[in-house]
Amino acid sequence: MNLALDIFTVSAVSAGAFFFLAGTVGLLRFPDSLTRLHALTKVDNLGLGLVVLGLLPQANGPFSALKLVSIWLLVQLSGAIVTQLIAGVVRQHGSHE
Amino acid sequence: MTILSAFDMGLVVLILGIGASTIAVREAFAAVIGFVVYGLLLSIAWVRLSAVDVALTEAAIGGGMTGMLMLGAVARLRLAKGNDVRASLPVRVVTGVLCALVAAGLAAAILSPPEAIPSLAPMVMENLAQSGLGNPVAGVLFVYRALDTLLEKVVLILALLGVWSLAPDSVWGGIPGLRVYAQPGSTLTFLAQLLPPVGIVVAIYLCWVGAKEPGGAFQGGTVLAAMWLLVMIAGLKSVPSISQRWLRLLLVVGPVIFLAIGLAGMVLANAFLAYPPGYAKPLIVAVEVALTLSIGVALGLLAAGPPERVQQQ
Repeated sequence: MNLALDIFTVSAVSAGAFFFLAGTVGLLRFPDSLTRLHALTKVDNLGLGLVVLGLLPQANGPFSALKLVSIWLLVQLSGAIVTQLIAGVVRQHGSHE
Repeated sequence: MTILSAFDMGLVVLILGIGASTIAVREAFAAVIGFVVYGLLLSIAWVRLSAVDVALTEAAIGGGMTGMLMLGAVARLRLAKGNDVRASLPVRVVTGVLCALVAAGLAAAILSPPEAIPSLAPMVMENLAQSGLGNPVAGVLFVYRALDTLLEKVVLILALLGVWSLAPDSVWGGIPGLRVYAQPGSTLTFLAQLLPPVGIVVAIYLCWVGAKEPGGAFQGGTVLAAMWLLVMIAGLKSVPSISQRWLRLLLVVGPVIFLAIGLAGMVLANAFLAYPPGYAKPLIVAVEVALTLSIGVALGLLAAGPPERVQQQ
């Protein structure tokens, strides 16, 4: 059982790390601000979500698990709203490049 | 172990790289962003050194709060572009030399440590149980070095007085010049409505847990300040004028209660800032709660800046 949980953790966290890598490549390579924002939100939602999901079986009791999930939810919330705000500025004033 | 040391080395390289780029970059805004990232990386380094209290403070104050203050400074510099004066070469050379001297002194101190490093840590751990606290850092801050902690909070108020004194006479006691982005129905309004309840619970938790585990008044106060600033920037609450009585009371309540308990210690426990036996923990928690409020208000007002307009009657 423990081995199965460990395998689950390793695969989910690795998948999360892959999304972080992909998001970072997108941030560096995408042509304009809006598409870069799109790449970043994928990292927040899926990358961090998979890392948190993978860490849940290793959590120290239900309260630690709850804390991990709330961290993910808070990052989702702030990420989504900051993305909206930056996109709004880009739409109003245009990108600097 | 090898993975961890590879991680540590990568972290050190990143910190040095971000530090260098913060100095090298020509634009003030980019330098501040570099500084914030530097603070966040440093806090990861503190976690790796098992100093979670320091890591929390670094992330909250070093990265977050100082970053916000510097972003405010950058915005002000942009507005005042007319007097953009470049420092003369001798000034820059002297600054560089002095900075290099400080860095060299620090490096010399770290690279040549004494044979046996003097440490009071074992004594702290031995006597910690008497205070009823579980977190040795809180024990040092509020029992062994209480005077330093008290002065630290007073310095914060002095810093705020320094900011306020930048205001011209005509607007003294007026409303701080925080830039407000009030757009009803925007996503910022939504965030400012949704986040503060969560943030206030986190702040109370950080303050409460500080007696037992990493956390404390400074970390909790910073989260409170952030929530307050968010609500003010979104325009949901107006920025109060600095002459408000409740504002000034909240500013001093922490240091005043700390000082009062310290003075009471002279009568009840025979020493300034000593706690009567058996009452150490409740007194320390009371001081922490009051300090959290004061620190939150002080940091929020520091970020709000000097008064810029008079309150309309």
